[in-house]
Amino acid sequence: MPSRPLSPHLGVYKFKYTLTTSILNRFTGVILSVGFLALCFWLMAVGEGAAAQARAQRICSALPMKLLYLGLIFAFSYHLLAGIRHLVWDTGVGLERSQSRSSAWLLGVASVVLTLVIAWVLWGRAP
Amino acid sequence: MSLANPLRQVLGAGPSRSGVHHWWVQRLTSLALVPLSVWFVVSILSLPGLDHGTVSTWMGQAWTALLLVLFVLTAAWHSKLGLQVIVEDYVHGAGAKTLLLVLSAFIHVLAAAAAVFAVLKVAFGGGA
Repeated sequence: MPSRPLSPHLGVYKFKYTLTTSILNRFTGVILSVGFLALCFWLMAVGEGAAAQARAQRICSALPMKLLYLGLIFAFSYHLLAGIRHLVWDTGVGLERSQSRSSAWLLGVASVVLTLVIAWVLWGRAP
Repeated sequence: MSLANPLRQVLGAGPSRSGVHHWWVQRLTSLALVPLSVWFVVSILSLPGLDHGTVSTWMGQAWTALLLVLFVLTAAWHSKLGLQVIVEDYVHGAGAKTLLLVLSAFIHVLAAAAAVFAVLKVAFGGGA
C-alpha cells in the first residue's frame, strides 16, 4: 500500500472536547454492538424456555457483571444523547462553536445523570 | 486523453451515486432507534421481575413482540453500518478489512435472525 497520509489519525490531533465527544460516540457504539449480541442471546434464552433463561440469567447476574452492566448503561445513555445531538446538527442547528461547546458539556452531564437514574431504578428499588 | 465523457469516467469507480445512501440509512435507523430503544429500556425497567413467566407474558403481547422485532432489526442494521465505518477507517489492510466486514455482516444477520425467531416463537405460544 502506498504511504499516503491516513485519516482519521488519532495521534496527531490536540485533545479537545470535539475529539473527546466524537471518539466516545464511536467507542460507546462498539460497546452497544456487543450489547446487541448479548440482547440477542438473552432473547434466544427466553425463547428456549424457563430453564435456559434461568441458566443464562444466573451466568449474567454474577457480582462482577454489575460493573459491566454499568458500562453498558453508560454506553446506551451516552450514545442515545450524542445521537440526538448529531440528529439536531443534521438539521443545521447548533453548529456554532459556543453552542457546540455547551451541548458537549450538556451531553457529558446528562449522560452521567441518565446512567445513574437507570442504574438506580434497576438496582436501587426494593428487591 | 480519454474520449469518454466525465460522468462515464467516474461511474462505477468509487461511491458515485451510492455515497449518501450509507449516511442516510445510518440517520434513518438512528431516528427510529431513539423511541425504540427508550421504549425497550423503560419496558424492561418497569417489569416486576425478569423471571421467565413475567418476560414471556410480556413478550407474548402483540405490540411488545412487534416492537421487539423492529428494535432488533433496526439495531442490527444500525450496528452493522456503524462498525463498517469504524473498520473502513481504522483497518488498513485490504484483506483484513474485507474479512472483518464480511464477518460483521454475517454475525449481525445471524444474531438478528435468531433473536427475531425467538421473539416470534414466544409470541406465537411456542415458548414452554
